[in-house]
Amino acid sequence: MPQYALELCDLSRHFQLKNGVFSAPTTLKAVDGVSLRIPPGETLGLVGESGCGKSTLAKMILGLLPPTDGSVLVNDQVISNGNRFALAKQLQPIFQDPYSSLNPRKTIRQIISLPLQLHKVGDKRSQQASVKQMSDLVGLPERLLDQYPGQLSGGQRQRVAIARALILKPSILVCDEPTSALDVSVQAQILNLLMDLKQELGLTYLFISHNLGVVEHLVDRVAVMYRGKLVEQGTREDIFRNAQHPYTQALLSSVLTPEPSLGLPELLDDSAWANAS
Amino acid sequence: MSQTLSNSTSSSPVSALSGPEASGLPVVPEWRRALNKFLGHRGLFIGSVILGVIVLAAIFAPWLAPHDPYVQNISQRMIPPIWHEKGTWEHILGTDKLGRDYLSRLLYGARISLTIGLTAALISGVIGTTLGVLAGYFGGRTDAVISYIITTRLALPVLLVALAMAALVGGSLEMVIILLGLLLWDRFAVVARSTTQQLRDAEFIASAKVLGASTSYILIRELLPNILSALIVVITLEMAHAILLEATLSFLGLGVQPPLPSWGLMVSEGKAYMFFQPWVIAIPGITLMILVLAINLVGDGLRDMNAPEGRN
Repeated sequence: MPQYALELCDLSRHFQLKNGVFSAPTTLKAVDGVSLRIPPGETLGLVGESGCGKSTLAKMILGLLPPTDGSVLVNDQVISNGNRFALAKQLQPIFQDPYSSLNPRKTIRQIISLPLQLHKVGDKRSQQASVKQMSDLVGLPERLLDQYPGQLSGGQRQRVAIARALILKPSILVCDEPTSALDVSVQAQILNLLMDLKQELGLTYLFISHNLGVVEHLVDRVAVMYRGKLVEQGTREDIFRNAQHPYTQALLSSVLTPEPSLGLPELLDDSAWANAS
Repeated sequence: MSQTLSNSTSSSPVSALSGPEASGLPVVPEWRRALNKFLGHRGLFIGSVILGVIVLAAIFAPWLAPHDPYVQNISQRMIPPIWHEKGTWEHILGTDKLGRDYLSRLLYGARISLTIGLTAALISGVIGTTLGVLAGYFGGRTDAVISYIITTRLALPVLLVALAMAALVGGSLEMVIILLGLLLWDRFAVVARSTTQQLRDAEFIASAKVLGASTSYILIRELLPNILSALIVVITLEMAHAILLEATLSFLGLGVQPPLPSWGLMVSEGKAYMFFQPWVIAIPGITLMILVLAINLVGDGLRDMNAPEGRN
């Protein structure tokens, strides 16, 4: 058993922004020295406002974007170009938008079995068997397997994406806002499915979200990101009951409540933390 | 009576649960829906019927043609078509200045036009799609270089270059095909590039990357099927374009060489008789127009058929 399922060491990603011919390019630090450790079986929620670098971080973990600095360790192995292919069996993503994450020209069966084909797992017959088994597991009716993604609802599509992510039996899932494109009733179904799968398969989740309600419901620990940096991390109770960093406090106080009489939340002045980080 | 009733009630719940009929909606199979759409689109339907007739005529030309298209008969020169007073059933569309049967030449000419249109469009399709997909997918420097090549190509007047090249290397059927294939790829490249750019950052591409799929797998198996419908429309346009250019080159004497029966060549050969025997140039001219119109109707129709409708 590895010590950490996922470990980020001082991970950075900078972008050079060109400002025309005459001025020097400025550097945008999308992710700036993030270190994180997720032990096996834990669910870590990564929260922060839009544009704070959450998705850039996810892309680097998935190997879609090379980091400027630092390294990503999956099950104690450093990710490099050499073992990318092997690591796909240990780490899989679930993307935000189930409308663009499935190839519209392939049937659901082809989409779910693609990882098995690429990694040459078993023969055709056993691949079909595991597609069936996996679609059962994620609650996808078998008759949908020969349909195209366009004929499925958002929730069904996200179930397909989950089935595709799990079919290689990875130990870690990186969920980049997996429910933000779904409507509220379907969100709950997908979140419950993710939790059930975690119980059943002993998965480790990195759960990226800007929805604090979802995070509070799901995760063991929370990391708060602001302007490319981690400003605070701790257990769920620590963060939600006793936030230390002013940005975390502001983030928590900005959550909308379902209680209409309370009105809109009062936003804190951002001067309190803008310079603190 | 009661038996049939109980029979139907006992069997229907089982079947209702097992299939998609459970929703109670009538199930229309995929091919049936596609067929209805095809029949419902008037332009596509008319275009495909005309194109189908011409393709069949071209394929079965040896059986359909009443005469050998190459056999000359000086005593039977310039016989007018059947709707003229002097027309005979022996030569339904008449004969040309060398006494060759016009209908037979027209049928064999369809072979030349369709061969040139299809092969030239396919050659340029392969060139243009490859360049466009590479430029759109890799972006950056690759895109800059390929875009420069596309711009250079767009700056060349096709007809002038084709004329110059044909004059240099001499006209022949193969030469015309290669020449047009090498000249007409620009629209493929532009369309492939922009559609690829739209899809490059789609999450299903990212997902294939994370799975460790090779770049060639991603380009050919994941990306290409999604841009194919746009490219098929371009193929039809470029086919029509190539057919017209072939006719132009042949008309100018630099394309297909006599005695091959090309429609452009027939127009060219008939131009001296334009005022007194107008059908000599009207018949191949109108046929050419109908063929190009049919191909364009099919192209437009295919574009409409492929328009996203749920399956997106």
